[in-house]
Amino acid sequence: MSADCLDIRNLSAVLANGQRVLRSVSLSVQPGEVRALVGESGAGKTMIGKAVLGVLPSSVRIVEGDMLLEGEDLGRLQPKARRTLIGARTALIPQDPLTALNPSRRIGPQMTDRLVRILGWSGQRADARIRQLLDEVQIRDPDRVLKSYPHELSGGMRQRVLIAAAFAAEPRLIVADEPTTALDVTVQKQILRLITQLQREHGTAILFVTHDLGVVAKISQKVSVLYAGKVVEEADTAALFAAPQHLYTRALMAATPRYTDPFASLKPVDEAVLAGLAAEIADADQAWRPRHG
Amino acid sequence: MDEARIARRGVGPRLWLAGGWLLLALLAAIFAPLVAPQDPLAQDLMLERLPPFWMSGAEPGYWLGTDSLGRDLLSRLIFGGRIAFIVAFAAAFAACLVGSTLGLIAGYFGGWADRIISRIVDIWMAFPPVLFAILLVAVLGTGLSSVIIAIAVIDWTRFCRVIRAEAMGQSRMDYVENARIAGYDRIGIMLREVLPNVVPSIVALLSLEMGIAVIVEAILSFVNLSISTDDPTWGGIIAEGRLSIHQAWWVLVFPLITLILTVLSFSQFGEALKARFDPVLR
Amino acid sequence: MAEPLISVRGLKVALPDMTRKPLIGRAPLAEILKGLDFDLPRGSVTGIVGESGSGKSTLGRALVRLIEPSAGSISFEGRDISHLSEAELRPLRRNLQMIFQDPMSSLNPRRTIASIIAAPLKQNGFGDNLKARVAEALQRVGLPQSFASRYRHELSGGQRQRVGIARALALSPKFVLADEIVSGLDVSTQAQILTLLEKLAAEMGLTVAFISHDLSVIRRLCQQVIVMREGRIVESSATDALFDNPKDAYTRDLIAAIPLPEIDADWLRPATKAPA
Repeated sequence: MSADCLDIRNLSAVLANGQRVLRSVSLSVQPGEVRALVGESGAGKTMIGKAVLGVLPSSVRIVEGDMLLEGEDLGRLQPKARRTLIGARTALIPQDPLTALNPSRRIGPQMTDRLVRILGWSGQRADARIRQLLDEVQIRDPDRVLKSYPHELSGGMRQRVLIAAAFAAEPRLIVADEPTTALDVTVQKQILRLITQLQREHGTAILFVTHDLGVVAKISQKVSVLYAGKVVEEADTAALFAAPQHLYTRALMAATPRYTDPFASLKPVDEAVLAGLAAEIADADQAWRPRHG
Repeated sequence: MDEARIARRGVGPRLWLAGGWLLLALLAAIFAPLVAPQDPLAQDLMLERLPPFWMSGAEPGYWLGTDSLGRDLLSRLIFGGRIAFIVAFAAAFAACLVGSTLGLIAGYFGGWADRIISRIVDIWMAFPPVLFAILLVAVLGTGLSSVIIAIAVIDWTRFCRVIRAEAMGQSRMDYVENARIAGYDRIGIMLREVLPNVVPSIVALLSLEMGIAVIVEAILSFVNLSISTDDPTWGGIIAEGRLSIHQAWWVLVFPLITLILTVLSFSQFGEALKARFDPVLR
Repeated sequence: MAEPLISVRGLKVALPDMTRKPLIGRAPLAEILKGLDFDLPRGSVTGIVGESGSGKSTLGRALVRLIEPSAGSISFEGRDISHLSEAELRPLRRNLQMIFQDPMSSLNPRRTIASIIAAPLKQNGFGDNLKARVAEALQRVGLPQSFASRYRHELSGGQRQRVGIARALALSPKFVLADEIVSGLDVSTQAQILTLLEKLAAEMGLTVAFISHDLSVIRRLCQQVIVMREGRIVESSATDALFDNPKDAYTRDLIAAIPLPEIDADWLRPATKAPA
């Protein structure tokens, strides 16, 4: 059917009180491509990642739209088949490496568990695979790391471990949810470099959620700019930075600080732009009726 | 925030049901001489073990039946409520005052104050509470005030532990630090910044403690260690009902239902109040 | 210029290290700040930059004397305040104010915005005319008067941070510490808050210590920069000089690690050793 690794069509989601949190979102990720989802808090960027992974909070309900993972319509699968498919073909690199790891278990079993339990690998094979990946993320003393507890590692080290774990099962798609937000800049650079390197070598597609246009510029080939659960602009990353089309995108770029140009950057977003967006969204919501089935 | 709003929708009926029952029981207790259909102490062997109103053989005016001495059960429950509520309010407030103050000091000041208070709490809690209460009443002698003192002496630790933990969490907040920058002294900060934030917990605990006090009082009455007069108490009625369970089940069942409803209502009422008055949850 | 507002000499701070606390007894002290020397000239904005563990927040808290130095001195207008007691500090507090990183945790959830802003005023003998003073503080940070009766949870992140600024500036202090005040905010809000702080600092002639991990923000706001690493100052100079000609290798790394919002295919290439 489709050659897309991930194809989201017209996805809308609402809270229990009927408020829309995703507004007819459409986007696709080609195999081996990095697509950035960029937006401010409340833009729904994390929500999209969670919808793909099937881990939306129970207060959020998808009311329309389709999600196709390598051509398979996730909405048409039975829950168990869906979980198996998502488990086999996707992985997550989370924002906070500390809460993503169980504090009372050693790193080693936490990393191999998924391979053994969900993918049915033998313990030996899983162990060998994990060591290979730890080598790829440049962890030089895998024995020590595998025996450590999460709190015994630095933030950068924990994020390396989670990147290794994400790539270990050779997923087709990785959702990276602000994976460097909690890290220092110098560590962030190393981690971004690692993710890019592994992504290229393994040919993995990545849905990269971030609030930082700087990170978008460095890591992605395609980008969707979100505001209030709506894609306001989507483009090739190079094209977006060369000539942003939407007013909001331009405002975001002008607000992003730039040490090379301190006085032209850090411009507050014009209230008129936000008011215009809010009006646009209110109009669209008024006219909107979910198409069921 | 949206989740909290949804959660609050569930608070309504809980607050009203629990509060409604408590209000009803409280009013009945206060105006017992007016609302009780019979004299709770009047014995009439002609009327012994009358069944509740819907069963055959019931007498009008004796809605919930009578016990083995022919005393009206409903009236006895209403008068028993007086003791229950007096004990609940007095004991819970006493326990709250002692426990919350010590907990606030331990949690906010930390250091040696915390070490001493926490150690005392640890030792206190090593005693089994009901046994402790029975022992205390045996020493103090039976009577209303001994029961109240016993419950407060045993249960202040419940307040102390919870409030200490909350105050400790509060003392790490930036607004506490900011109050220092604003020039407040330690006591001022404790009262101004920390105390208001632990009040909802105190309220919830207070209500829960009232329920617990009702149970402890019932237990003491049950083992005949509470009020030594003839005044009816819920625990006392239950103890008597137990003896005639095969002839007159209602004498056991109605006081049990009353007790359970009251205790449950106290704890639910407290939780609902806490959720309602917590701006953080709103 | 004349005498600096704050002058720091040989500053050391040691705090109990809870991770190494033995089962019984006191936690051993870990030295967080290992001897710092610098001046904050009157009316200047100084950026303090560093990564986690650099000690920049500890330094900030020592400057407003929330913690006591273990060695060295902090002089405020020529007076050594490093070992003053809480009571001796109280009259000085009105001139040593702080804006916090997390406006959520720095505003008491049970107090109205008016009461939060009024607290330092009342405590420092400006209890008369409180209403007008609070109104003025709100207006100064661009918040409508109706916010006076609101609570923390009714405000957005940017509005909360405005309240934080209003509270800190209500006393017209001489010194303000701003500790990562925009790190939790969206870029659009961040720009608003920084513009506001920039304007107020100039208008009120404030001396500001601006702690941040973001060098881009520091370049915009600050006249001088202190770069910290592991409790020491690795470089300290005027802002333009620091960016145009960073002397220390760590400073260069920090600057190079900032992802600018522009396409640069070489940025993620593994670093090659530059020829010496």
